[in-house]
Amino acid sequence: MKNKGKSIFIFLCVAPAVILFTIFMVIPTINIFKMSLYKWGGYSPNKTFVGFDNFIKLMQDMKFLQAFQNTVLLIVIVSVITIALALIFAAILTREKIVGQNFFRIVFYIPNILSIVIISAIFSAILDSKNGLLNSILALFRDKGSEPIYWLGDQKIVIFSIAMAMIWQAIGYYMVMYMASMASVPESVYESANMEGASRIRQFFTMTIPLIWTNIRTTLTFFIISSINLSFMLVKAMTSGGPDGSTEVFLSYMYKQAYTNSSYGYGMAVGVVVFLFSFALSGILNLITKREPIEM
Amino acid sequence: MHKLPLKKILIYLVLGLLAISIIIPVGWVFVASVKQNNEFYGSPWKLPESFYLQNFADAWGSARMGEYMLNSIIVTAVALAILLVVALPAAYCLSRFKFRLRKILKVLFMAGLFINVNYIVVPIFLMFIDGDKALKSIGLSPLFLNNIYVLALVYAATALPFTIYLLSGYFVTIPRTYEEAAYIDGSGYLKTMVKVILPMARPSIITVILFNFLSFWNEYIIAITLLTDPKGAKTLPVGLMNLMKAQNAAAQYGRMYAGLVLVMLPTLILYIIVQKKLTQGMTLGGLKE
Repeated sequence: MKNKGKSIFIFLCVAPAVILFTIFMVIPTINIFKMSLYKWGGYSPNKTFVGFDNFIKLMQDMKFLQAFQNTVLLIVIVSVITIALALIFAAILTREKIVGQNFFRIVFYIPNILSIVIISAIFSAILDSKNGLLNSILALFRDKGSEPIYWLGDQKIVIFSIAMAMIWQAIGYYMVMYMASMASVPESVYESANMEGASRIRQFFTMTIPLIWTNIRTTLTFFIISSINLSFMLVKAMTSGGPDGSTEVFLSYMYKQAYTNSSYGYGMAVGVVVFLFSFALSGILNLITKREPIEM
Repeated sequence: MHKLPLKKILIYLVLGLLAISIIIPVGWVFVASVKQNNEFYGSPWKLPESFYLQNFADAWGSARMGEYMLNSIIVTAVALAILLVVALPAAYCLSRFKFRLRKILKVLFMAGLFINVNYIVVPIFLMFIDGDKALKSIGLSPLFLNNIYVLALVYAATALPFTIYLLSGYFVTIPRTYEEAAYIDGSGYLKTMVKVILPMARPSIITVILFNFLSFWNEYIIAITLLTDPKGAKTLPVGLMNLMKAQNAAAQYGRMYAGLVLVMLPTLILYIIVQKKLTQGMTLGGLKE
């Protein structure tokens, strides 16, 4: 009797979560894979099964390849610079005696709580070619009357402007994460290094980084997933992929194919490729960054 | 002797630079929100001539930000409520009781952490189109698209894996003896969960609320996809996007920045109040969507 009551209780507790999860996450995910094999306009009822045609077309689609290239570029730039800066700032805030340590920690984390829409608006204001904050500062150092820098208008520069916004947004988040694992490194480890006369910078490279390596590794997967996401959200709000496709990224292209172009099947094929790509990249990075964990 | 202060100066310089690069742009938005439109054509560094609060009235009224704010509050609150009601019991059972399917379900929810909401928004959208069509064909009015309560449901559902993961991690650390004592006193399963366990899980529940509040309040890709009617309900970030797009054409900077302040202010205030909990909670969960 008691056991039956328990079973009913468990069922009632778990069922709603499973149902919601299935309807809004499992089925849509399956649908992405399924729809990628169809040629389908979305609103019309006729779907034609085309096998891997969408994928073959995709590999010859120059616009997709450009989006691919842009995304990879962003993942690399943003991850490398953010990891470096976040580690440095985390080390400074945990290892050095700083007045206002709390203040800096609080301020650095602020970009992470802002909506991407706000970050887009802020960076549009900073990067505006005529009345932007950045150009008006740079004008102090440049010749009078020289051409303003078109941060969002120049095809060669704009992708780096997006990268700048992404790094600005991410530093604080990863810094707090690295700070937490740095704080767990016992002080005694550093004391002996101090006695041996190792400099702070040397300690950072030979001790701090190896000791928190596991944590850095986990964040690599975050970087891949969040770069793909954030670049999409920023691009959608700031540049819509322009000028002329120079900021098109994976998901913005998928979104465009699915809505503007109404070729859902093709859009979903993009989704599948992105999905497999991010999975494979995480796997590869996970393998090549594997080190023996260091005993503390 | 001379080397030490130089190093310190360098450190403070670096810290200061990053702090300034965050404080100035965010502060600038606040300053810009009280500028009049013609002030936007001069140097961006000029202080406003006066506190032009009409921007806020315009944003609130004619740009409909007041209405959008109410929508955002409803969506966030309803989504959080659904999420907690659904996720808490599920996380509790998954971490406490042994039953068939438990392992499979745990793996499934873990896998859900890797499902990217930005991909599945397209199939969800199509599913709703079909659903609305079906409703229409049997003579009912469409229900799924342009409905902020459905949006809240989608938010809650897509936040489940992260939330269950975080809560389960916490439930595991609560000793079983508390429940055993309650059972001996004749308390049932439901009562034990609600009266004994949930109060003990308060820290993790607060963390869950904080993180999901921020992500629901700030979200705009799902909202913009599912709230398609241009005249219909919008959430604040979506309304802001429209304002930004319109700003390019009609040059209404003032009200756009006032709108930005309206979106930003609640999160900033909340953050200042709970910043310690938030950054602690982050290391507890160690995950971001």
